[in-house]
Amino acid sequence: MSEPLVRLENVRFAYGERTILRDISLSIPRGQVVAIMGGSGSGKTTLLRLIGGQERAVGGRVTVDGQDVAGLGRDALYALRRRMGMLFQFGALFTDMTVFDNVAFPLREHTDLPPELINDLVMMKLHAVGLRGAARLMPGELSGGMARRVALARTIALDPMLLMYDEPFTGLDPISLGIIGQLIRRLNDALGASSVIVTHDIQESLQIVDYIYFISEGRVVAEGTPDAIRNSTDPFVHQFVHAEADGPVPFHYPAGDYATALVGGAG
Amino acid sequence: MVGAIRRLGTLFINGVWQLGFITRFFWLILVYSGQSFTRLHLTLRELYFSGVMSLLIILVSGLFVGLVLGLQGYETLQRYGASDSLGTLVALSLVRELGPVVAGLLFASRAGSAVTAEIGLMKVTEQLKAMDMMAVSPIARVVAPRFWGGVISMPLLAALFSAMGVFGGWLIGVVAIGVDDGAFWSQMQSAVDFRYDVLNGVIKSCVFGVAVALIAVFEGYDCVPTAEGVSRAITRTVVSSALAILALDFVMTSFMFRGQ
Ligand SMILES: Nc1ncnc2c1ncn2[C@@H]1O[C@H](COP(=O)(O)OP(=O)(O)OP(=O)(O)O)[C@@H](O)[C@H]1O
Ligand SMILES: [Mg+2]
Repeated sequence: MSEPLVRLENVRFAYGERTILRDISLSIPRGQVVAIMGGSGSGKTTLLRLIGGQERAVGGRVTVDGQDVAGLGRDALYALRRRMGMLFQFGALFTDMTVFDNVAFPLREHTDLPPELINDLVMMKLHAVGLRGAARLMPGELSGGMARRVALARTIALDPMLLMYDEPFTGLDPISLGIIGQLIRRLNDALGASSVIVTHDIQESLQIVDYIYFISEGRVVAEGTPDAIRNSTDPFVHQFVHAEADGPVPFHYPAGDYATALVGGAG
Repeated sequence: MVGAIRRLGTLFINGVWQLGFITRFFWLILVYSGQSFTRLHLTLRELYFSGVMSLLIILVSGLFVGLVLGLQGYETLQRYGASDSLGTLVALSLVRELGPVVAGLLFASRAGSAVTAEIGLMKVTEQLKAMDMMAVSPIARVVAPRFWGGVISMPLLAALFSAMGVFGGWLIGVVAIGVDDGAFWSQMQSAVDFRYDVLNGVIKSCVFGVAVALIAVFEGYDCVPTAEGVSRAITRTVVSSALAILALDFVMTSFMFRGQ
């Protein structure tokens, strides 16, 4: 049991010519909630895709539950994914199904449960995210934050061993944010699962997670437990925790000289 | 000059790649079809969206094509005193050519474009990725039912188109102009051969169904996942389907109808 559930070793990844992840090593121990933070475009979503086997690393190894994800065939990969839940950054609800059917989808696809039982399970999941009353609505009738909560309910429908949340807190009001944060924590502990949260919300994460990784320019630049992070003197962490504009985290996407771009016209 | 040759070469190579992709995709659809047939309601649903929803446009167009055929056919035939053969002319034109081809073109722009748009939008909003992440194959769950819905609808729609066209020709010829009713039908009956004419027409419409449905699902699945990408994919579906239908029609006609 000491072997972590997910382990990335010296992972390198590029979209075509553009290297996104240079050298990432991190692990997600069993039973823990780990946060991954980093600036916009630093490759956090990409990292989750690598763990889920939707992209393949150019170099290094990604293992989940002892299996090398890149080496798995289709069937083995699908078998593994049945035990994973991923909350997509933009929800990705099925727009041609009701909220109820969206949450029931993984249950209907992967189990032979009778309809009454599926009904109960779906209602329980929707109740957990506070949207039992919205079961009959279509995704188009939901607000952004509601859609995200429905997507969350769908993610946890099969009670997976590994939960991946891509920005679960965006678009939530402070009250739902606190509730969802607690839900993620409680769920992880109740299921004995492990969770990864990709988020910008440092204050919320400091309260619920066990460990935090900061990534920038394709590398892990800082890591630690919430207490260590709070007291860290690392300039990177400091900038992030206190939301400062100046520091090692670049706000600008790599570009040429600003003055040249203004004078020269085309960037 | 060199540039032009190079561009031509690139175009050719891209074309070959594309053909390879589409063949592989076709193969995948066939592989996953078993899975999607076990849940028949998915395919039935697509049959409804592609087939039943196209009924109106097919029936109305069939009627008009038949009316025009009746007018033009009568106008030409009566010069040779052969206006009794109007039924034969109308039926043969429809069953052999116009039924499958025109119904195919209409089907591509009505149902094919809708399928491309739907799959394309699911790709843009990451629904396909999410499904894949839930260990449900989007090809089995989304693509194959839409493919089979199209393949099954197409010959039925073409048959209805032809039937409606014959009815239109009869309306103009017999009811409006006054061609002999008995001659209209009996000449048609003796001149139209079931195997040679009808069956070949049905084969054509089946082939068009496969072509249109495959192009529609492929363009949707393969589109660039942006609003612009989807709109381009829809255009490509309609244009490529039309070209495919007309080219395949020529090839099949040259094999089927040689007037031995
Ligand atoms: N399909 C793709 N093709 C090419 N480049 C991509 C693709 N997806 C993402 N990228 C690039 O990879 C980089 C990392 O993207 P990613 O979505 O992983 O960032 P992120 O950390 O999740 O950002 P955010 O916090 O804004 O969601 C970005 O610079 C983006 O331009
Ligand atoms: Mg992201």
